Amino acid sequence: MTVPAPRASTSQFDTNELVINMGPQHPSTHGVLRVVLRLDGERVLDADCVIGYIHRGVEKLCENRDWTHIILLTDRMDYVAAATNNLGYVEAVEKLMQIEVPRRARYIRTILAELQRIASHCLWLGTHAMDIGALTVLLYAFREREFVLDLFEEFCGARLTYNSMRVGGLPLDIPPGWDRKLRSFCDLMEGKLDDYETLLTNNRIWLKRTRDVGVISGEEAIGLGLCGPPLRGSGVSRDLRKDEPNAAYEEFDFDIPLGTRGDTYDRYLIRMEEFRQSIRIIRQGLDGLPEGPVMGKVPRLLKPPAGETYHAIESPKGELGYFLVSDGKSTNPYRFRVRPPSFCNLQGLKRLVRGHLVADVVALIGTIDIVLGEVDR
Amino acid sequence: MEAPIAVAAVQDALPGAIEAVSYWVGDWTLIVARERLLEVLEFLKTAEATAFDYCSDVTATDWPPRERRFDLIYCLYSTRLRHRIRVKARVAEDEEVESVTGLWPAANWLEREVFDQFGINIVNHPDLRRILMPDEWQGYPQRKDYPLEGPGELLMENPQDWLRVRNLPDEAADLRSGAGPDSEIE
Amino acid sequence: MLDTVVIPLLKIAVLVNAVLVAVTFLVLMERKVIAWAQSRLGPMRVGPYGILQALADPIKLILKEDITPVKADRYVFTLAPIMSLVPALVVFAVVPFGPDPLYYIGDINVGLLFIISVTSIGVYGIILGGWASNSKYPLLASLRASAQLISYEIAVTMTLVSVILTTGTLSLVGIVEAQRESGIWFGFIQPVALVLVFIGGLAETNRAPFDLPEAETELTGGFHTEYSGMRFALFFLAEYANMIVISAVVVLIFFGGWLRPFPNIAWLGFLDLLPAWIWFVGKVFLFLYVFIWIRATLPRYRYDQLMSLGWKVLIPVAIGNLVVTGVFKVVF
Repeated sequence: MTVPAPRASTSQFDTNELVINMGPQHPSTHGVLRVVLRLDGERVLDADCVIGYIHRGVEKLCENRDWTHIILLTDRMDYVAAATNNLGYVEAVEKLMQIEVPRRARYIRTILAELQRIASHCLWLGTHAMDIGALTVLLYAFREREFVLDLFEEFCGARLTYNSMRVGGLPLDIPPGWDRKLRSFCDLMEGKLDDYETLLTNNRIWLKRTRDVGVISGEEAIGLGLCGPPLRGSGVSRDLRKDEPNAAYEEFDFDIPLGTRGDTYDRYLIRMEEFRQSIRIIRQGLDGLPEGPVMGKVPRLLKPPAGETYHAIESPKGELGYFLVSDGKSTNPYRFRVRPPSFCNLQGLKRLVRGHLVADVVALIGTIDIVLGEVDR
Repeated sequence: MEAPIAVAAVQDALPGAIEAVSYWVGDWTLIVARERLLEVLEFLKTAEATAFDYCSDVTATDWPPRERRFDLIYCLYSTRLRHRIRVKARVAEDEEVESVTGLWPAANWLEREVFDQFGINIVNHPDLRRILMPDEWQGYPQRKDYPLEGPGELLMENPQDWLRVRNLPDEAADLRSGAGPDSEIE
Repeated sequence: MLDTVVIPLLKIAVLVNAVLVAVTFLVLMERKVIAWAQSRLGPMRVGPYGILQALADPIKLILKEDITPVKADRYVFTLAPIMSLVPALVVFAVVPFGPDPLYYIGDINVGLLFIISVTSIGVYGIILGGWASNSKYPLLASLRASAQLISYEIAVTMTLVSVILTTGTLSLVGIVEAQRESGIWFGFIQPVALVLVFIGGLAETNRAPFDLPEAETELTGGFHTEYSGMRFALFFLAEYANMIVISAVVVLIFFGGWLRPFPNIAWLGFLDLLPAWIWFVGKVFLFLYVFIWIRATLPRYRYDQLMSLGWKVLIPVAIGNLVVTGVFKVVF
């Protein structure tokens, strides 16, 4: 859609349609997303996303940093799931250099990735519920996310941008007593999940606001390139943790929740179930945590042989892919490309909102679960 | 290394379309002539043995001294057969590439990003605009000859310059080369 | 002279100030209650436990720059918040705080009708405010507001008619006295009506889950998006004053106004030691607490769902309740 230019004369003003700018400063666009809506009354005729407001050129920047420095730039993309970004990148480099990672490191990475999924989903739940008007859930979800941040702080010293992984393993082993705290957090979180569900799952207003809103069929979702919970909400069984297991996922037992209707409520249920599956994975990881080193044999200077690879992992938002090209000569990647899940999911917004009301637009932005740092990079 | 069924299928069905097949650290890549790119991709999407119904990523790489400087890369995935493949085509700066949005609507924004960052001419795209950079932006940031601290920042230092350059694209070249008439700026 | 001019004027002065002070403390109460519901502390900095926040908020709003957008309709833009607040305050003229004439400014024989008609004028403030801002979000919000308030007004008024049928009077003092005579609060006789009026009241005061005209996550603040400073404060005052009005009406009609609990049980007579107006104010604040509690718990309705709830559920139920009440009145 092209946004019509403002007309010169008011006598030609079209009274049927209203073009309205939602964002880039809007409480529900989760950052600096701008959606240009063409409305007929309150009904959305068309929507166009304008992105790029926090485009920092991460890809270009990374092509001018060496392979190790890039890890901390990946933190800044999906900043609510920084550990997952680290994981995807270091695994891509490991794949390119064919580095063997110790089993203990892979286990801890899995635990961190799942802990990060809980934190990211907490933020999603809080903001999604707040957009629909349930203010209290936001504070509850953030209260629990705080525990996750504390655990990360104890592990790596940072609360948001962790820089928590290295090519070949982890910089540090888990601190003593950390696993006990993590276990008690898992117990706590299970109870709190029931609290959230009491507030929302069977709430009539919540059901009215999410059932049959933004319905998309599995085929259409695949075509639009949706990934993660939006794709699984439409009943497509695709989770890279199962399909192309990375870290230590092939050693764990967990389920992939699938939706049936492909609406916002299904996507909500899926993420709520993913919380529980993440807790399950963390518990298994702690139970079976092998002894050993956390850092493999890695050359002092990372200089992968010439070649390219695409490595994708399941981030909380969907398929997070890294496409890396090494020319074999320099210590920088020749090409660094991220396949951002939010970017590809956000593309589906135009399709999802058509025919819905303004109030549904914010519900749908919430259900896609975007982080603008990742969309714009 | 044995080539997977998908690679063999496309080689059988479209002889001559595949210039080379490469394998590296577990990834298969088809290198395709630009002219036959759409044909190959359409086959990959529709054929039973390949069924690549999911377009993971569209991106590019710039190799400047080469005559056809860009590698245009499609990362495909099949949700039914659960396999991946990459398709690569070499494109020169002034050559046109058919859009694949007809095959995968997902490619819409991804191709816009390739156009925005590399300036590859993609034709028959429903809505080819810049996506990450502002509409008025000059140049294509991901090209290797685009400096890391680029002319963009130089232009932004003085908003007056910026406003002028927006309206007069010709002057941008002068300013970038340092020949801009500094004395005229108020 | 003294009885007709001076004393009423004094009463008005006291009442208006009391209402405005009550509003500021109501805002504090809302912030505190929601904070506790959300496992926070709420305001804690100004005064002990943040009590003086109630004064800091209005002072801040008065001192803030009052911006009129260039493209706004200047006069209507200024008029709108006033039109919103004045009816909310005028209503208190007929609200009795106790049985004695000392406790009310006027007891007119169409008191209930007066309240209904004056509160509906308040919606013009919202409509005009949204329109005069000459901005898109406020315009959408004011359209929502007008549709919402008009439809819920019908439901509430229909329901109140069934109450009037049982009492036979429109005077608020009369309604409370009728409850004293029958020895039971009307909330127990007319539970359906109570629920309807309460839901309608939530909708008419734009409170969650019906806060669509100011849905901050959809319309960035709704009709008062362009307002700032004191003009915004007037809208704010009007909203909370309206909350008090609705609570007062619910208490007067369904919860026996200033009557103590169980007015028919003699041995509870010691409860009358508390002055009547304290019972009344206490009950009003109890309802205000419920308003706040609901806001902390429920998500927001969507515009079309709100309208269908109003027209397809509340109005038919209100009419049904009216018919049933009428039949009972005739038969028994």
